[in-house]
Amino acid sequence: MDLLELFKYGFIQHAVLAALLMSVACGITGTYIVSRRMVFISGGITHASFGGVGIGYFLGFPPLAGAAVVAVLAALTTENLTRRKVLRNDSIIAILWSLGMAIGIIFVYLTPGYAPNLMSFLFGSIITVTSTDLWLMLALALTVSAVFILFYKPILYVAFDEQFARIRGIPVMFINYLLIILVALTIVLSIRTAGIILVLSVLTIPQNITNLFTNRFSHIMIGSVVLGFFASLLGLILSYYLDIPSGATIIFTLVLLYLVARLIKVVIFGR
Amino acid sequence: MNAPLVSIKNVDFAYQKQLVLSDVSLSIFERDFIGIIGPNGGGKTTLVKAILGLLKPQKGSVEHSLEKSEIGYLPQGNQVDENFPITVKEVIASGLEHGLKIEFRKTKGRQRKVEMALERVGMDALRSRPIGELSGGEFQRTMLARAIISSPKLLVLDEPDTHVDNQFETELYSLLKELNEQMTILLISHDIGIISPYIKTIACVNRDLHYHTSNEISEEQLKVYNCPIEIITHGTVPHRVIKEHIHR
Repeated sequence: MDLLELFKYGFIQHAVLAALLMSVACGITGTYIVSRRMVFISGGITHASFGGVGIGYFLGFPPLAGAAVVAVLAALTTENLTRRKVLRNDSIIAILWSLGMAIGIIFVYLTPGYAPNLMSFLFGSIITVTSTDLWLMLALALTVSAVFILFYKPILYVAFDEQFARIRGIPVMFINYLLIILVALTIVLSIRTAGIILVLSVLTIPQNITNLFTNRFSHIMIGSVVLGFFASLLGLILSYYLDIPSGATIIFTLVLLYLVARLIKVVIFGR
Repeated sequence: MNAPLVSIKNVDFAYQKQLVLSDVSLSIFERDFIGIIGPNGGGKTTLVKAILGLLKPQKGSVEHSLEKSEIGYLPQGNQVDENFPITVKEVIASGLEHGLKIEFRKTKGRQRKVEMALERVGMDALRSRPIGELSGGEFQRTMLARAIISSPKLLVLDEPDTHVDNQFETELYSLLKELNEQMTILLISHDIGIISPYIKTIACVNRDLHYHTSNEISEEQLKVYNCPIEIITHGTVPHRVIKEHIHR
């Protein structure tokens, strides 16, 4: 089929829009996550949110809403327990990670009948996004962009050196909690498109590709948005023609792009 | 005599149950230049963090007669991630940030201060460099510029001479001496031999604090103060650090 003809399909148009909005949100928050070395925390929040999906199924409300509540709770708990040094940070993450998954599995099991969309939560399903999903993703992408445009400097300074920021009177706690909530919401809305298992890659691979060529926070943010969108489109088209799952194809494309970028860097820049 | 800028009274500080500072008192006055020395783990960094208000002591009090924003701070090298994607200029400008302000325009005053700070530490050519690509000395120059850009009343430096080249070390200390004419300086160092010609007084910190009102100290005195540090000799200075000693 002709490529242009492909984009006439409504579901493909939705998928393209979803990819764009996901790339904006993930490109920006992902840069924060990668720079602050919060990838593992993000993995914990992602997997913990599955508990919310399970509870949603069981009680009959939208699983994604359940995921959002649980993800934010998990994010706040991690942040709080880490600050108070109740437990080692990586142990807290591991506990919330598996606890969330366990809750999810139990509630999905207890739900009568069959949970048809379960696989789409685990691996994402960008070609079935609804217009409600798109509106939510648009709201998130706008919020994330607004926060980073308005508070760019304080966010950068807190992420770089929290103690110094505190001495300069920047409200460090406010920034930390605001950002961890944005991270949680970005993750949840990306679950719809990339899935619990795969979302981490959208938050880290574009950033690491861009980081090969620039070491500036703002450039990594913008570059990741563009690259994320490009990889999602490419992955989407490939998955259509090869008739393989879209989420996995996007991830595969991203990793391939990373390897190509590394190669380019070695060949052109010699390092 | 004027009221002290900072007065620390009978401060105890413990991490979990380990007592790091015990009944520590110190008054810091305008134009002081205090060298803080002591063994590793003796509580030097803890003391300055208490002064900066980053740690709250379990007992005693730390009182300031200055605003927090009037303190410049150069932390120990391991406090920040040296590969964080941020440029020299951005780091230095962060020393001017105050509170949570939303501003899009770069004001001229700010720009000029950044320019001056860049020049002062000799980093103008490297302003757009990400910090991950700097040498140890260049990194510390950047951190020093961030600490002094706001013209603070009190400048706190935690081992600014780690991983720096000899040339910068000399430049650093003569710059500090110059700055001391306008601001009070607290300098943590592991090397009393190097800082001795520049500082005015010494605080030996090893759980206790002993204040020594001279810039010279002997090994015998350090023993009395229960402050076992190695006096690193430069050239032919066996036991005593003398005033005329110049570090090359």
